Parts: sequence; C-alpha cells; structure tokens
Amino acid sequence: MSNIPAELKYTSSHEWIRAEEEGTVTVGITDHAQESLGDLVFVDPPAEGDSLDVGTACAVVESVKAASDIYAPISGEVVEVNERLEDEPELVNNDPYGDGWIMKVRLGADADLSGLHDADSYSDVLAEAD
Amino acid sequence: MWTGVAKAKPFGFESDNRYIIVLIVDMFPPGGRLAPRGSLYHLPAFGGFMGFRTPLFEEHTADGARIVDFAGWDMPIQYASQIEEHHAVRQSAGMFDVSHMGVVDISGEHATSFTRYLLANDVARLAGDGRALYTCLLKHDGGILDDLIVYRVSPSHYRTVVNAATQDKDVAWIREHAAAFDVRVDWRDDLAMVAVQGPQAREFAHGCLPGALADATAALKPFAATWQGDWFLGRTGYTGEDGYEIIVPADEVVAFWQGLREAGVTPAGLGARDTLRLEAGLNLYGQDMDEQTTPLECGLGWTVAMEPAEREFIGREALVAQRSRGVGARFVGLVLEGRGVLRPHQAVSDGNQEGELTSGSYSPTLGRAIGLARVPEGFGEPAAAQIRGRDIPVRIVQPPFVRQGKARIEL
Repeated sequence: MSNIPAELKYTSSHEWIRAEEEGTVTVGITDHAQESLGDLVFVDPPAEGDSLDVGTACAVVESVKAASDIYAPISGEVVEVNERLEDEPELVNNDPYGDGWIMKVRLGADADLSGLHDADSYSDVLAEAD
Repeated sequence: MWTGVAKAKPFGFESDNRYIIVLIVDMFPPGGRLAPRGSLYHLPAFGGFMGFRTPLFEEHTADGARIVDFAGWDMPIQYASQIEEHHAVRQSAGMFDVSHMGVVDISGEHATSFTRYLLANDVARLAGDGRALYTCLLKHDGGILDDLIVYRVSPSHYRTVVNAATQDKDVAWIREHAAAFDVRVDWRDDLAMVAVQGPQAREFAHGCLPGALADATAALKPFAATWQGDWFLGRTGYTGEDGYEIIVPADEVVAFWQGLREAGVTPAGLGARDTLRLEAGLNLYGQDMDEQTTPLECGLGWTVAMEPAEREFIGREALVAQRSRGVGARFVGLVLEGRGVLRPHQAVSDGNQEGELTSGSYSPTLGRAIGLARVPEGFGEPAAAQIRGRDIPVRIVQPPFVRQGKARIEL
C-alpha cells in the first residue's frame, strides 16, 4: 500500500502539493507515482522563473522504463527547483515527500487549491485505478 | 491421450479452465500440433483470461514482482529494483524466467538439409554436436521473421529457441517449409527455461544441476550445449555476461529456481533483461528489427552465411539483390553526451540527414543514456538526438557498450 501523508494535497495525475509560508507551495510526485515508474534516472525540471498554467506539462521524470510528464497542479511561478535531483534522481524513489521534492511555486493570483484531492480522496483515486 | 499438455503451458489457469484446455488440445492429433497456445489465446470463450503463465509465476509474485503483459504472457518486469537486478547480473549472478520462449525441435534424416535451407546462417559451420549459432529466420523477401539460437543435437536433430511473441508464426512457417523435406517439427511446450547470467552464474548454478549435467559443464565452451534426459544446458545468453540458458522439464523448474535463489542468484525481470541486452549491443526482435527489416539493415549481416554460394536458403536472393543495389543504411550505437534518456523512435540528425533510434534507454553500468539507431549511409558526427524538441548531442559508437562487466566504449 502506498504512503499518502494526511497533510498534503494531491492531483489525479499523482502530484503532491504542500502549502508553505507566504503563498508558496512545494510540488513532487507521490509514492504511488514513483513506485509505478520504477528507478528514476533523470528529472527535467522547469526553469526558475517559468510561469505555470494549471494542468499543463511543466517537467518530466524518466525512469529506466519510461518518461512521464509532471503537470502543474496549480498556476504560479517557479521560484526554486530541487537541484540535487540533477545528480541524485533516485531521491524521488527513496523519499518522494521529502528530499525528492521537485519544485517550489509561488501561487498566482488566480491559483485555486480547492480542486485538489485531500489524502482520503486521493486514496479513492488509487483504489479506483486498481 | 497426448499427456504432454496437461502439465504444460498454459500453466496459470484455474483447474476448470485447464481441464477444458486439455480436452480441446487433445482433439488435435499428436503428430500435428496446431499451435495450442496460440489458438486458444484467441478464443474469447474463456472469460477472465489474463494471460499465459509460466510454472514460475507464483515464485515471481511471492518475490513481489510487478507483472506485465508480454506478448500475451504474464511476466515479471521487475522485482524490487530494475537497476539493482541489472547490477546483480553484471557483478554477481541473476536469473530470468524465459519459459515463455519457444523450443522447437527439428528432426529426421534430412534435418541438416532442411535447417540449412530454413536459416540464414549455416548450420554446416557448426563444429560438432552440442554447438550452437545465432541466426535470423527470413522470409523470401529478406524480412526477418525472427532471430533465434539453433543447437545441433546431432546431424539429424536441431533444437531452436525462438522468441515468445513470434513462436506461433515461426512454427507455422517452419512446418510449411518442412513438408518438402520430410522432417519432424516438435513444438516442445512441456519444457520451461531459465537463463542464469553473470560472472558467478556458472559457479552458483553448479550445485543446482543434476549431477551428471553439472559434471558435463566443466569442459563446456561458450556457445556450446550439453544435455541429460530432458535437461538441456547451453552456455549462451542475452546479457553480455557468461552463464547458461537451461531448458528444464516444466514440473522440475520450480525446485530448480528455488535452489538457484538459495545459492545466491538474484531473480531479474524483463526490465533488467532489456538494459543488459542493450548494453551488450544485442538486437531485440520487434524493436530493432521486424518483417520489414533485413539483416543487412540492423547490423546482422555477419549472421548471414553467403558462402558457400551454392547453398540455397530462404531470403538469399533478396539479400544478394539488396547488397548489389546498396543497403543505404547503417546500424550504429549512440551515446548521449548531454542530459536525458534516449528512447526508441527518437530522431537523430547530423544536420543533413536523419535517422531513427530503434532502442534507447539508460545504461546502469555506464550511468549514461545509450541507444541503437538506423541511420542513412554517410551519416556522421556531429549528430544530435531530438528529445522533446531539443537537440542533445550524441556520439556514434560501435556496439557493444558493455561486455563482461566492463565498459567497451570511451566515456
């Protein structure tokens, strides 16, 4: 059973979002996502300063097996990317909700978190997919 | 009663379904096996059918394998980590369940003449019984039906091991052409197969083999085979490492697998098998080649025996004609010089001409992305692969990338 921390928000496309201070959020991929992909070997993040539109592809993670898009879970501006992933993409496998975070985003004026899943609701998404 | 099937594939059925299958297969005469697996696979009458399973299926799920559909078979793509399984084969020993592949025996007085006509490589080159060679099975137009290993058991008996996805059409093709030669073609679905590969594979396997077979392995050369009863062991593989491919009676393979595991051999899935074969520069049927590709277009010209010129074989005329008008393409290895991962079907360009990757992945041994590509004649460096709209430089190299645990290209 995959790990779904209660304090995070989720998308149906398996990104997680953690609310941080001053209108920013941290974004990564879920434990379920990393497990489905298998050993990650490459993370292609957006550039700092990129503006994101909710629902559009903004980054790519590649495992040995496959490449997978990461979709912007909210609109906003990329303020930081996890540079450790350049040399240690396996952090996403080993610690998807911690050291394996992918980017930090400053929420745009029209950003809306209300459409995101909470842990229970995301758990239902996974159950339906089985 | 044709008893071979009751204990044979498909193994994974519930008992009721298996009973039905035995009944249906038994309607086919023993001398003329009508591809029971393939035929039944297309029958929709069996509700809830998930795919064929090898006798090792329960071993895989007990080990936590992720199971995927591979050509109609439920097979493990990885256990815990594809990369760790890959390293186990390069550094110690790993094992693969390859029971989904097909074993086809060709026997009879004219088996040598027939096999020389059937295959693009020439079994007359085999130095003796127990020797093996790699070859393509061609159509008349030179397109590749399959690639396979053929072992000479005796001049009147050859054993071929063919790909899982192609075995139905292979057997149909072989039977069609066998008719004129009066040879017997037996599709052996009473056998399972395990590949044990890696620098310690032979050492670990030794104690798990029947005694007489273990003794016979001591003097076994690469690309040679030995056998005892229905156990058949070839010093061959698909990883670029030393090791064995071992054909085992289906009802003995679970104990054999468990013994190998206890001896220290790591179970490895299809994912690791793919990165290992790619590092070793070995083609994958259906990806690097298919019925629309000739051996001359996928780096396998060396497997076609054009001499002696008087040997007639299926596809010869087409290859002679292609060679005289020019192949027009080269098959090369690529190493990605920037960040990213090479994948099949990516375009590669040198600014003037464009080629296409047929295989591509991340090489766990080299820590770099590598690939195989078909490029036009005259294609050269500097070249770049197009990855998601960006041009990332690649270097053109001669495969293999890795053999026997060591990098064979400069990094």
